[in-house]
Amino acid sequence: MSTTTAFDIDSIRSDFDILDQNINGKPLVYLDSAASAQKPNQVLDAINHYYRHDNANVHRGAHTLGDRATADFESARDCVREYINAASRKEIIWTKGTTEAINLIANGLSQSLAPGDEIIVSRMEHHANIVPWQMAAERTGAVIRVWDINAAGELCLDQLQDLLNEKTKILAITHVSNVLGTINPVKDIVKQAKAAGVISVIDGAQAVPHFQVDVQALDCDFYVFSSHKLFGPTGIGVVYGKEKRLEALPPYQGGGEMIERVSFEGTTYNELPYKFEAGTPAISEAVGLKAAIEYLGNIDRAAMEAHEQGLYQLALARVSEVPGMRLIGTAQHKVPVMSFLIEGLHPSDIGTLLDQQGIAIRTGHHCAMPLMQHYDVPGTARASFAFYNTEADVNRLFDGLIKIQKMFV
Amino acid sequence: MSLPALNEFKASPFGTETTVADILETFEFLDDWEERYSYIIDLGKSLPAFPESEKQEKNYVHGCQSQVWLIHQVDPDDGKIYLMIDSDAIIVKGLAAVVLTILNAKTSAEIMATDIESLFDKLDLIRHISATRGNGLRAMIELIKAIAAEN
Ligand SMILES: Cc1ncc(COP(=O)(O)O)c(C=O)c1O
Repeated sequence: MSTTTAFDIDSIRSDFDILDQNINGKPLVYLDSAASAQKPNQVLDAINHYYRHDNANVHRGAHTLGDRATADFESARDCVREYINAASRKEIIWTKGTTEAINLIANGLSQSLAPGDEIIVSRMEHHANIVPWQMAAERTGAVIRVWDINAAGELCLDQLQDLLNEKTKILAITHVSNVLGTINPVKDIVKQAKAAGVISVIDGAQAVPHFQVDVQALDCDFYVFSSHKLFGPTGIGVVYGKEKRLEALPPYQGGGEMIERVSFEGTTYNELPYKFEAGTPAISEAVGLKAAIEYLGNIDRAAMEAHEQGLYQLALARVSEVPGMRLIGTAQHKVPVMSFLIEGLHPSDIGTLLDQQGIAIRTGHHCAMPLMQHYDVPGTARASFAFYNTEADVNRLFDGLIKIQKMFV
Repeated sequence: MSLPALNEFKASPFGTETTVADILETFEFLDDWEERYSYIIDLGKSLPAFPESEKQEKNYVHGCQSQVWLIHQVDPDDGKIYLMIDSDAIIVKGLAAVVLTILNAKTSAEIMATDIESLFDKLDLIRHISATRGNGLRAMIELIKAIAAEN
């Protein structure tokens, strides 16, 4: 088991070489981790080591390198299982990321949908948790029901009982909103869904980078996330599914690896988890993701969360210094994600002028157009904080915003 | 609904009174990003008013994070193309003013012969028309070239 050390921000920052550079002549302040997080050197080293020493295709079993690559790859699966406390390694399926994960589930579940069946999604979903369900609905005649949010950006919890009925088959919601930062009370929501016989699909893309998730405690049917937001490489993500749910799901793509036996008379599929993993998988990416999770395992998570919340509180305290600054998303329970607008400025103006000062934020609709429509805004500027950010980063952001705001008056 | 009269298009100073040389000269005196972008913001604010009635889908420039609209008229006498552009983002408007200074009130042949990239490079604004920026400057320029190609 890994040893947990105290939260030492200087030592953490020394693990992220990329943060130590100038952009437009100023030290980089990276506040776009919700779009993609930076990777510690340990992740880069693990990928490098894999390619230098162990690289081969997996599950072929004819030589030593192949055995090593397979061991590395499968131990990454065990690592993810442990990280989210899944009951079995069979319940961990590799995908390209959250988007492919939801497509895999929506595609599979659509086989059991009938016309008039209902799928509940919330208004705060990322397009990745909307469009695959719309496509499933289009194919099957099922109907999307939208779960509303309040002004603060929280789900209207009292609506759920009205939304759930005998036609409801699936409830797909995000654990944490990528725009609002809202942490949804997933455990309670899943409980209500389950009581109504509804399959729950949880988008954990923005949750896993900020706090520990226990899928058995949540009791959800499916839980998905991307490695690249969890300080791991791009190109790999995870579907967690309860074993019985995954058994019932048809394969997603056909090809090598996912079969047991192929003949022109008929093909039988491999067992879990391989049934869903057609073709040569993202091996080095799995190795990198494992290194990222191990890295997180060496950090005191409670201290890390306290550090992140401290950054957010500091940011909140400075909002009033920027004339015309308005927050979008003021939920009670939030991860450190701050979406905002400044009167008279377009989000893209803010992004451009912060970039000039070496500060990276995201601007636009954040792949959540229905949410933008709900707030009647063209987009927002979004600063997202990770554990490697500092109070100095928060102060640079606000000093930068004050400067920009003055340029426009 | 009809476009503004040619006269209204011709009232724009960009590419007529305000020349590329003016902008290049002004830029030379601005030594940091704040001054440069304050100037771009001022340029944006000084764009002639764009008719609200023309802010419709057919005049919408796609591929932008901000909303951008573009309309044009051709002077039948000399074949010069006159452009009007608007955006809800001021910096995009300011950069549009730079684009207009380079391309407005020119003939099709003149537009086709203009090396806009190298001018943006000289202004140290090249990043704004690179393919990776979703701000629509590039789409705006492509559209003007397409208009030139048709006329
Ligand atoms: C909440 C949420 N869901 C899904 C996604 C899609 O993730 P990916 O692009 O890694 O597939 C994102 C990424 O922005 C997200 O924030």
